[in-house]
Amino acid sequence: MSARLLLGAALVALAAPAAAQDVAITGATVALGDGSEPIENATVVVQGGRVVAAGSGVAVPAGVPTLDGSDMWVTPGLFASLTSLGLVDVDAVSESNDLDADDSPFSAALDVSPVINPNAQDFAYSRAGGVTRASVTPEAGASIFAGQGALVDLGADYDAVVQPRAFQLIEMGERGARLAGGSRTSAHALLRNALHEAGSFGEAAQLRGGSSSGGSTVVGVDSRRIGSTDRSGDVLLTRFDAAALVPVVSGEQKLYIRVERAADILAMLSLLEEFPELDMVLVGATEGWMVAGQIAAAGVPVIAVALRDLPVSFEQLAATQSNVGRMVDAGVMVGIGGYDSSGDHPRNLPQQAGNMVALNWVTGATGLSWGEAFASITSVPARIAGMDDAGVLAAGAHGDLVLWDGDPLEVSSAPVRVFIEGVEQSLENHQTRLRERYRSLDESELPRGYEW
Amino acid sequence: MSRLSMKGGPAALATTIAALALASCTTGSGSQSLARTPVADAAGEPYASTYERFPGVPTAIVGATIYDGAGGQIDNGVVLFADGDVVAVGDASLAIPEGYTRIDGTGRYVTPGIIDIHSHLGDYPTPSVAAHSDGNEATSPTTPEVWAEHSVWPQDPGFSRALANGGVTTLQILPGSANLMGGRSVTLRNVPSRTVQGMKFPGAPYSLKMACGENPKRVYGGRGSMPSTRMGNFAVNRGTWIEAQAYMAEEDPDRDLAMETLVGVLEGEILVQNHCYRADEMALVLSMADEFGYRVSAFHHAVESYKIADLLREHDVCSAVWADWYGFKMEAYDAIPENAAMIHQQGACVVIHSDDENGIQRLNQEAAKAQADGHRMGIDIADADVISWITLNAAHAMGIDEMTGSLEPGKMADVVLWNGDPLSIYSRPQMVWIDGALMYDMDDPDRRPVSDFELGQPGEGDVK
Repeated sequence: MSARLLLGAALVALAAPAAAQDVAITGATVALGDGSEPIENATVVVQGGRVVAAGSGVAVPAGVPTLDGSDMWVTPGLFASLTSLGLVDVDAVSESNDLDADDSPFSAALDVSPVINPNAQDFAYSRAGGVTRASVTPEAGASIFAGQGALVDLGADYDAVVQPRAFQLIEMGERGARLAGGSRTSAHALLRNALHEAGSFGEAAQLRGGSSSGGSTVVGVDSRRIGSTDRSGDVLLTRFDAAALVPVVSGEQKLYIRVERAADILAMLSLLEEFPELDMVLVGATEGWMVAGQIAAAGVPVIAVALRDLPVSFEQLAATQSNVGRMVDAGVMVGIGGYDSSGDHPRNLPQQAGNMVALNWVTGATGLSWGEAFASITSVPARIAGMDDAGVLAAGAHGDLVLWDGDPLEVSSAPVRVFIEGVEQSLENHQTRLRERYRSLDESELPRGYEW
Repeated sequence: MSRLSMKGGPAALATTIAALALASCTTGSGSQSLARTPVADAAGEPYASTYERFPGVPTAIVGATIYDGAGGQIDNGVVLFADGDVVAVGDASLAIPEGYTRIDGTGRYVTPGIIDIHSHLGDYPTPSVAAHSDGNEATSPTTPEVWAEHSVWPQDPGFSRALANGGVTTLQILPGSANLMGGRSVTLRNVPSRTVQGMKFPGAPYSLKMACGENPKRVYGGRGSMPSTRMGNFAVNRGTWIEAQAYMAEEDPDRDLAMETLVGVLEGEILVQNHCYRADEMALVLSMADEFGYRVSAFHHAVESYKIADLLREHDVCSAVWADWYGFKMEAYDAIPENAAMIHQQGACVVIHSDDENGIQRLNQEAAKAQADGHRMGIDIADADVISWITLNAAHAMGIDEMTGSLEPGKMADVVLWNGDPLSIYSRPQMVWIDGALMYDMDDPDRRPVSDFELGQPGEGDVK
């Protein structure tokens, strides 16, 4: 029970953001996250919450607390794309799940940023797995427009959201077809209508929605809509939703489009001819390898699940684990993200990436180099999200460090220490407390319930 | 089928079912009895396996590190197999008989074929369209009369992925968990086949899939019928076991498919695979099994086994678990990644399972994660023991450990040659043999099955 006092400080409640700290690690194997291969016996220096230097031959400035990194790896924190972090306590407990709003009259206007809960266990689990930043996305409930996602850091404080309304997510594949009324034709009509509506709406009203550039203008709610929830079966937008799409049309807010099959991907790329300002990101893109050249030529990045290899639906017939590698070889910027099963948590991103390295052994398959694979779960997804200063150990980047007990892509490795903005984070959570309680099953003196 | 007569074991099953069927005549007329017992035909069992091993050559894998599946490790070892069986396993001094094809195993690893005790390939095949949803007969909370093999679609592309990426040679297909008693499982050889009978593992015993907790009460409670609570779950189960006991006591009962399955369980011929998450519910199920005189072979999912690992050891029940799935439903909220290691530490049986068409492709990686999570809390488990979690322990809980699951002379030559340590993420199955026949070769694009469904589709024959 000696842990009790310690835990009082570590777990009871999240604190205000701690002041950024200085830390240096020497003698470690360092992976920069930029696509390069690991560097042995290297040093990383963080001051004022930012990386100052990382690599070989780096001197530690006087006064910076220094840790010995021998036998350890040091990397930037993982960037997890398209998570539900802070939106869900237990997926199947609907009261605890804010992921989709399928009875809501709103769609594009839905915004996750005010409802993200950094006390959710998944925050703590993911942090303990080395995830330091993430995008958090709503899922489409009643419309092809899922709503607006945010970027967060996983520091143990209430200051999680670092960028609200970072992107709008829409569904344009099989699911989008169902949500739009039963056919992709309806999804396409709805999308074009909405973008035109938002374009003219924005011009007429001189309105701006929240955008990545920070100029967030409040858009008034149409009073005619207050109290009205009679939207079932109606695929058109409320005024509020149209306003939310204004920054999408102007390219100020990223547009994430979930599509899987090759033909759907091309249809979305052609949307750029109609709406050239769109800042498009493809999500899913299971058949992306078949049209990788076109995706690369359009300069559109992709967030893909690495290990999909089954024809789960008729839009994923050509699924292969070589999808990511082939797209990368064609010049597409690909971040690994997305979670197909209850085993694919954000903290298992290294497993997805590591499999991409092993894939190179198989005749006819295309994987990734170690450096590419690690970048695909750090700097690349951060850049796709719009953060050039995360997921990488470069001067000026966020001081998000993970110390691992081995090669971070190896299944047997795990973080031993995690820093966000130079601040060391607790790795305790519900799971670690259960582990300690049941380390012994001895109840000769008292029930296990007194062990905490 | 000759294997059965050589090895005994679960072969008794066919006899028992035949006896049951013979006992099912209500008229007492011997001739009618025979006429009404198709299960007791010359083949001895209904829907009998037609699987026969494919041709192979006598093979010697030389110089590899061998994890034998039974907890043994041999460095620089030799594995010999011929005519479908393991012939010998030993160190470098083992003589290689004439006529054996030598395969250089230097720097490589050999394990028994990987076994997944919990799969829905074939009964929830891809593409995952509604027309393929054949895993839950969710029309009654107890359906022990349904048999998973009558749902399995042998053209599920998932079988080939499990072979090529996961080295899976044997798998148990279970009905889903909507029902308290979901029906009979079927154990398959992972070979492409035009029929499910062509995949059935000869002589493997049947299991009954049972389920605790949230799923049955949600499915039926949601329809305003019983069970809608956990106590309702137990009441329905107990009432059904009472019926089965009464049926078993009848001298000449009418045939009843549901009761035949349950009597098979009560007589110990059909194993019980029990989906159950919470520790307290597993303990109650063990009491229910005592009440009615049956055994639970394995608790599946069992995310809280670590809380009662001592009890599970005492009852000799395996826990078939994921490495680190958690939190997706209320009864999975206390899942921890050290579960497998903590069960093992208490001396209870661990099996790593998938329940997932993706996870089945990486059971070796899941086992490695669970091992490492144990190591970090001070539980050190030998690599060779960890391999038993996905080979012999699974075979044991499926009742086929006399035939496969470890590399021992006389057992089926189900063998995976890995291009590196299978407990590393950087390793892949290099060659996979089933009953001594080479079914996959990483370096030979032609030695890779393609399902009917994928012919003529984009990506046909691609690496997957």
